[in-house]
Formats: sequence, C-alpha cells, structure tokens
Amino acid sequence: MMISNGIEDEEKWLAEGIAGIQHNAFYLHRALDSNNLREALKYSAQLLSELRTSRLSPHKYYELYMRAFDELRRLEIFFKEEDRHGCPVIDLYELVQHAGNILPRLYLLCTVGSVYIKSKEAPAKDILRDLVEMCRAVQHPVRGLFLRSYLAQVSRDKLPDIGSEYEGEGDTVMDAVEFVLQNFTEMNKLWVRMQHQGPHREKEKLEKERNELRDLVGKNLHVLSQIEGIDLEMYRDTVLPSVLEQIVNCKDELAQYYLMDCIIQVFPDEYHLQTLETLLSACPQLQPTVDLKTVLSQLMERLSNYASLNPELLPEFLQVEAFSKLSNAIGKVMEAQVDMPVVGAISLYVSLLTFTLRVHPDRLDYVDQVLGACVKILSGKPKLEDSKATKQVVALLSAPLDKYDDIVTALTLSNYPRVMDHLDAGTNKVMAMVIIRSIMKNKSWVSTSDKVEVLFELIKGLIKDLEGISTDELDEEDFNEEQNSVACLMHMLYNDEPEEMLKIICTVWKHVMSGGPKRLPFTVPSLVFSALKLVRRLQGQDGDVGGEEVPATPKKIFQLLNQIIETLSVVPAPELALRLYLQCAEAANDCDLEPVAYDFFTQSFVLYEEEVADSKAQVTAIHLIIGTLQRVNVFGVENRDTLTHKATGYSAKLLKKPDQCRAVYACSHLFWVDDQDGIKDGERVLLCLKRSLRIANAAQQMTNVTRGSSGPVTLFVEILNKYLYFFEKGNPQITASVIQGLIELIKTEMQSDNAVVNPVSDAFFTSTLRYIQFQKEKGGAMGEKYDSIKLGG
Amino acid sequence: MNFIVGAFKPACHISVTFSDGKNRKQIPIKKDNGQATTVPLFHSQDNITGTITVEPVSGKKVEHNGIKVELLGQIEMYFDKGNFYDFTSLVRELDVPGEIYERKTFQFEFSTVEMPYETYNGVNVRLSYVENVLGYRYVLKVTISRGYGGSITHFQDFVVWNYTPPPSINNSIKMEVGIEDCLHIEFEYNKSKYAILTQLYFTSPFETKLNCTSCCLLGQRLIAMLILNWNADLSRYHLKDVIIGKIYFLLVRIKIKNMDLEIRRRESTGSGSNTHVETETLAKFELMDGAPVRGESIPIRLFLSPYELTPTCRNINNKFSVKYYLNLVLVDEEDRRYFKQQEITIYRIGETQ
Repeated sequence: MMISNGIEDEEKWLAEGIAGIQHNAFYLHRALDSNNLREALKYSAQLLSELRTSRLSPHKYYELYMRAFDELRRLEIFFKEEDRHGCPVIDLYELVQHAGNILPRLYLLCTVGSVYIKSKEAPAKDILRDLVEMCRAVQHPVRGLFLRSYLAQVSRDKLPDIGSEYEGEGDTVMDAVEFVLQNFTEMNKLWVRMQHQGPHREKEKLEKERNELRDLVGKNLHVLSQIEGIDLEMYRDTVLPSVLEQIVNCKDELAQYYLMDCIIQVFPDEYHLQTLETLLSACPQLQPTVDLKTVLSQLMERLSNYASLNPELLPEFLQVEAFSKLSNAIGKVMEAQVDMPVVGAISLYVSLLTFTLRVHPDRLDYVDQVLGACVKILSGKPKLEDSKATKQVVALLSAPLDKYDDIVTALTLSNYPRVMDHLDAGTNKVMAMVIIRSIMKNKSWVSTSDKVEVLFELIKGLIKDLEGISTDELDEEDFNEEQNSVACLMHMLYNDEPEEMLKIICTVWKHVMSGGPKRLPFTVPSLVFSALKLVRRLQGQDGDVGGEEVPATPKKIFQLLNQIIETLSVVPAPELALRLYLQCAEAANDCDLEPVAYDFFTQSFVLYEEEVADSKAQVTAIHLIIGTLQRVNVFGVENRDTLTHKATGYSAKLLKKPDQCRAVYACSHLFWVDDQDGIKDGERVLLCLKRSLRIANAAQQMTNVTRGSSGPVTLFVEILNKYLYFFEKGNPQITASVIQGLIELIKTEMQSDNAVVNPVSDAFFTSTLRYIQFQKEKGGAMGEKYDSIKLGG
Repeated sequence: MNFIVGAFKPACHISVTFSDGKNRKQIPIKKDNGQATTVPLFHSQDNITGTITVEPVSGKKVEHNGIKVELLGQIEMYFDKGNFYDFTSLVRELDVPGEIYERKTFQFEFSTVEMPYETYNGVNVRLSYVENVLGYRYVLKVTISRGYGGSITHFQDFVVWNYTPPPSINNSIKMEVGIEDCLHIEFEYNKSKYAILTQLYFTSPFETKLNCTSCCLLGQRLIAMLILNWNADLSRYHLKDVIIGKIYFLLVRIKIKNMDLEIRRRESTGSGSNTHVETETLAKFELMDGAPVRGESIPIRLFLSPYELTPTCRNINNKFSVKYYLNLVLVDEEDRRYFKQQEITIYRIGETQ
C-alpha cells in the first residue's frame, strides 16, 4: 500500500515538475523570440530550478532532465547568436553566474561555456577546467550526476582532440583527457556516495536505482575511448592508471565491477594486450565481493577473440606474456578474495583455459598449468558437492577435448586426471562419458598402451566401482549405456603394430578385470573381439614374419583369451562365455591351431554340461556349437569324431522332442560339409536324419497320447527339406524313393483322423511340394534327379 | 489677491547649473517625493563651480537681504526626519541686499572641496518601520533671504563618490578568526534555539592547520570542520569585485542540505545606549547543493556587481556606520542553520582602475 502511494506521489511530483518546466519554457520561448536576454536568463533559471527537486527517483528525474535538456538546446542556439542578444560571450559567461541558485547557475554556465569554447575566444582548456571545477558545487549525488553528464554531453564535441578544431595554441589532447578524467572521477564519487543517501532499510531499492545511473558514469569512459589523440602511450601512462586509481579507491563493489567491465569493453583490445599488467594488477585490490570472474572472463574472451581474428598478432601475445600475466593475476585474485567460492575460482580457470586454447593451442604446457592450478584449489577440499562448481569442472575438462578433437592430446596432460579425481563419482562418470563420446565422435585412435593406461585411469569411474557409490543405486539403463560406451571405446584402441596392440589389449584387460560381475558381460566381448581381430591380422601375416621373434603370436593371444573368457564365470554368464569360446575356436581353426580350437570346444562343452541349465538356452547353445563345429575343419578325424559325437549326443538329449528332433537333423550337417575338401559322410547324414525322423514320430505319438490329437506335421516337413537339401547335394544315401516315402508319410499324417489342421505347416508342406514340382519342371540335371519323385494325386 | 497668491507661490525661479555638468557622470537617485532623477557625480577635492539663475515670476520684483549659496553635507536620520545635521558647510555670498526685477545670473565656485564621505541612501523607509534608518547627502542650498515672507530656498542635489585605494587589513577582523570567537559562538548556541556553527573556522589562506583542541575541551560534538580560502587579503572587496575562494571540508558529521553565502549590510546609528542597528540581507547566493563528504572542496565565485553595495563607512561623524558582512550558512537536513559571519570592507575604485 505504501509503495503504491509512493509511486503515485512520484508520478504527481513528476507531473508538477514537467508542468513547471513547460510553464517557464513558454516564457522562455517568448523571451527568445523577442531576443530579450534578461528575460531569457530569468526564465531559464526558473525552468532549471525544477531540477532541484529531491523527491524523484533517478528514473523519473531523468525524464525531467531530458525536458530541461531540450530547452537548453534552444537556449544554446540563442547564446551563439550574439547579434540577437548583444552580449559578448565573455560577459554572458559572467552574467549567468549571477543566478542565485547553484543548480540553474551551473547548467547555464555549462551551456554558455560550450558556446564560449565554440567561439574560440578563450582557450578551450581554461573553460573546460573552469566548468568541471565549478560543478563541484553540486554534491547531491543524483543532481550532480545529471549536471555532470550534461557537461559531458555539451563538451564532448568540443574537446581539444587531435584533428579537432579546438586543438592547438596550448590546447592539447592532454587537456581533453584531464577534463574527462576529472569529470569521470567526480561523477564516480557522487555515484558511489549515492548508496549512503537514503534510510538503511531502502538499501536494496537504492542499489537498484543506483545501478540505473551507471551508464552516466560509464559514458565518460566511452568519451575517453573516442578521443583519437589517446595513443597507446598516453593510455598506458595516463588514462588507464588514473581510471584504475579511481576505481580502486572508490572501494565500492557495484562501481568497481561495472567500471572494470567498462574499461574492458570500451578500449581497444590492442591497448588491453599492451597494458595487461596494469589492468590486472588492479584486480586484487578491488573489494573482495566484486565479481571478478566475470570481469576477467570478459577480458580473456575479448583477448582471445582478438587473437583469433588477427592470427598475425600471436607473437605479440607471446611477447607480453599474456598467459602468464593472466594466470598470475588470477592467482592473486584468489589470494585477495579468500571467500571466493570454488565455483567462481574454477570458472575463472575455465575462462583462462578457453583463452589458452584459442590463443596458444600449441601450448599444452599452458593447459596443464591451468589444470594444475585447479588441482591446487580443489585439493584439501572435500569432493565437490556444489552442482554449479561441478559443472564448471566439467566445462574445464571438456574444453581441451572440444578443442583438440583428439583425446590423445588431453591424455598427455598430467593434471587432467588429478582434476577428475576431485569430482564426485557421478560427475566423474559424466566426464568419462564426455571423453568417450569425444573419442567416438572424432574417431581418434588411441594407439599406445601408455595412452590407454591414462585413458582408462581417466574413465575409471566407468570401469570399476568407485568408493562411496553403490552399484545397487544405479539406474540400470544408464549403467547399460555407460558400459556399452566403454565397449565401443575398446574398438578405438588400435595400433598397427601387433606387439603394441597386444600390449594395449593387456592393459585394457588389466583394467576391465577389476570391473566386477556387472560390467564384465559388457566389456569382455568387446575385448575378446578386439583380440580376435588381432589374431586375424597375425593370421594373414603368418608367413611374412619369418625368423623374427614375434611375441605377439596367435597362440599367446589365445591363451590370454582363455583367461579373459574364464573370468566370466564369476558373473556367471555361461551362455556368453560359450559364444565367445566358439568364436575363439573358429579363429583358432583359421589359424590352424587344432589343439587350441579343440580346447575351446572342450571349454564350450564343459560350459554346456555344467552351466547351461535352462532348456531353451541349451537349444540355442547346441545349435551354436553345431554351427561352429560345422565350419571348423582343422580337426583330425579323431578329434572331430569326439566333438561331433558329443554334439549329436547332446542334441538327442534335449528336453523337448521337437528340440531334439531339430538339433539332431542339424547335426546331419556335421557330416556333410559342402566344400571341396569337406567331409562327406552320406551314411551318417542319413543316420542323423532317420534319427530325427524317429524323434519326430515319437513326438507325434506323444501328442496323440497327451492331447488326443496328433501334432502338426511341421517337423516332418522340416526333415523333408533336409532330405531335399542333401538329395540335391548329391548324397548317395538320400534317394528319390526315400524322399517319396517321406512325402507319403506326411500326407498320411495329414489325413489321419486325429490330424489337426495347421495352416502354417500345411502351407510349409505345400510350398515344399511346389518346390519339388518346380525342380522337376525346370529340367536339366536337377530336373532329371527329381523326375523319379512322384508327387501323386 | 495677487498678494495672497504671491505668498503661496514662489516669487521667483531658482536654478543651478554646474559648469561642467554635461561632462559629469549622471547618477540616478530617488528624490524625497519618490521621483527618480539623475544628478551629477562629484568627487572629493573637486572644484564645484556653476551658475545660479534667479528669475522673478513675470512682472514681480524680488526684494532681498542678500543671496548666498551653501554647500552642505547633511546627515538625515530617519527617526528624526526633517532634521539635518550638517557635517560640511561652505558659504558663498552671491549678492548684497537689493532688488531683482528680471532674470539675473550669478557665478559661484567652491574650490577643492573636502568631501570625505560618499553620498549614501539608506534602506527604503516604506519597508522599514524602525526609526534608525538613515541617509546622508550632499546638497547645494541657495537661499534668498527676505525680511518678510521668509527666505526663498532652492536645493540642488549632487552625488559624491570617493575612489579609494584598498584599505589596509584591519587587525581586529583577523582576531575574529581565532579561537575566542569560537567560544563566543558556542555560548550563543546554548542561548538561542539556533544551532550555531561552533566548529566552523574561518581561516586566512596562511593558516592551513586548525587547532581544534579547544573544541574538544568544550565537550561539544564536533560536527564539521572546514577551511575557507578567500581571495584578496581577506575581507576587503571593491564594489565590482568577485569573491573567489574554496571551502575544504575536513570533517562533516551533519547531513548538509545546502550552503549559502549571504551579503549582509548593517547600518548603525547613534552611540552608547542609543545605538540603533538595522541589518539587511542584500544577497543570498547558493554555494553548494547536497552534502559534501570529507575531503571535498567547493568553489566560491560570487560577483558583487549585481548587488547594490556601497563602500563601508565607519563611524561617520560619530553618527552612523555602514558595515558589510559575509555570512556563510550551512543548512542541514533538519533545517538547522549553522552560520559564520565575517565583516568585509567594501571600497570604491575608480572606473579606470
């Protein structure tokens, strides 16, 4: 309620002020029209008296000021035309000083002063000095600020700058600089003082209002930056030290922050670069609460933009030791602002790092230095819990990754992992993921075991359980994604040298091993395949390596693989292990290492026997075994017999009849490898098929007994297809008549009373018959072969 | 009838013409009846010469016991209006007793007349009901003495200005700067409701260090301490002078709203227990807006020319004095006024100086 009244009152006061200005402006205009100087001075003074109010907020006061400003423009034009008022400007300069009230007097004085300078009847510097000095009389912050900003406004195009018409005859750029500097200093003092003007409880409001006026002060710096005559030397020796002195001495947080930012924004980058030391030395002297991180970040951003736009200037950056100066300054700021939160400190270093990466991308030592400084900050503190600080650390660590496209570079930074150590486990993982993604995105190969070692040290949050975080709490989806990423990562670890590659694999293995049962199923397959890839490579080069001693032999790798897969037993993941064994076996086969391959098969069977208990899993497993075994050709007769015998035996021992049946007919392929040198044992093929047929029959009968109806004929049709396959491949044991018999059998089954119509199996059968018919009609050798099969009906 | 008319009308016209009147500067004055007119300007030691014309009203003769012209310096007290005290009186006989039938002119001359005091017009009577307001003037009085019907008189005003070199510094003024004065003001502080500036020192440009031990001894709160730096040799200014100075605030413990510089004129008449004093503020000139902080310095530049000042007069013929004072006033946010007054001596310099 009170606030709204306050606002209403203010509106009222503003309206009164405006009305006062308008009223006097009317008479002022009349006086101007009739060239009546005395009246003009009288009414302009009255008009300006409206600006003496203390009741308006800066915002409203500005409105009033602007109206008065417009009127002063008219008055200034009038003053310029001496023939209208008949008073020499020098007399006018005295005349306006007769005004009784200080504020109107000084506004008028500034107005005449600007005309006086323009007339060039007196040295500009003397007039400027007088004006800026006389304005001291207004000590009220808001009124003083506006008065001085008026002074700045009317004088800015009349400064004795180089090339300006006001230069020369003792008026130098230095005079212009001194004038602006003094006005700036006085305005800043007033601005800073503003905070002490009101009652304490309105502090917040006051600060807000004060902030609204900051551009009035900053304008002076802008004017300074526009003075052509300020060269680097003058900026370094005069302008910057003076401005900084004022900033430091005012001891005000708001002002210091704003003005430092102003300096950085308005003056050229080139000057910043050359005066870096001076500028930075002011920072530790500022109030401890000043948001220096933003200020310095701005500076570094500007400098790095400057550097990237002007690559030819890089030597200059080196020459002035920009990096070490910035780095030192940040260190000093940290010392000065002991209360700076970690987040602030880190974000400062993020800025410095960004600067370094952009300006000195080749200086990895700089990057490492920055990271080292961060380690210093973080050490001795508990792990970060502040999420903002954590974000900053992540940003810090991500920056080099983004820049270098190549994680390998980051891996050479000794402080990189030390920074990571300070992250909490969760963030550590996030960071690890960032690293992995970066590698994947940039397809950067990690090619030595040393680097792999570092890399895995970095991402150890993903590789093993870290202290303080329980795996139970993990989101399964996230966990899977992380582990899949790790698995992907392994394929980016590559070296053309088999020896080094083996080292890499061993290193990875060492790390992966500690991953625990939850991670191994994800990581082991990748590792295995990575090793197998190496095996394949060696297999190709086998002949070439000749006499040289090659430690990285397939044999050695297979030994390692054995160990690797074995660890899965702790998970346990028998099915996975079985698959991997089979892969290895196949690879060993390709390397012509019979005992090794045999051993892998043995391992597979052992797993099958001892670990794979689930019947469905068994079915899958046995099919895999059969499939692999079928392709393996390294074995001698004896070994092969043992293995095929085992496979066939296990097939027939599956739980469900249909599974038995299918496994057994699959075994038939073990005896007929459709290769040039492949085994072709027609008899045993037929045996398998007959056996499967018997099982199918048994299955049918069992259905009859248990369900009261015979099952579908699918199994028979499947077997028929096998017959046809071997028939076509030329297995002498498979004759047309056998096929004929089977067809008849199926037909009978389908027509039996108990038969259940099953569209799927019927369609399957019909298609098969149609295939036979097709082959018959196609003619040629195959057609002739099929000719003897009668499809009947 | 004619006789009666003649008794009420002046029997003749008298006019005075200064021989160099046309070349003299004309100064505007206000006559007793309120009308404005201009009169010539003279200086001390001038020769005052001219012609007096007596012209009887047509067809009448003027019989007289002698004609004389007097140069009078008169002081008129407004509380004693109509009574003049002549401090200068010079007489020239113009004519022996006789009769005048027609227009007749007389030359007169007062050589190197000593006129030590300037013409001075006091405060407007209408505005002031008090009786001690004063004025004094120089006048030429022409008297035609007659045996009957009284004498015929004619007054011709003129103005006297005296250009003087800058007066030497009066030691008594300097004394006022000291600690004693401070104690004196402190005394008044307790008496009146005004908070009088106790710790406001005026100091000459030569004294930069302030001794505030005395203030502390008083057990009073020290509220402000400042140094005032005046131009000129402290406290003397000519009529068109500019007061230039600077105020340094060494200590500020009050919230100052603004600071004014006033020029005050004090006219005092009479002596002893009959002394009457009238003070008038001629100028109120704002020097500062807002509250300064420690270390601030505020410029002072006050042009005296717009104000109607006259030279300082001290104890003219034991009758009166006109003194000028500068009064520095600080107003705090609760509208309490702290002030410090100091006499200045005003003098007139020649136009060409």
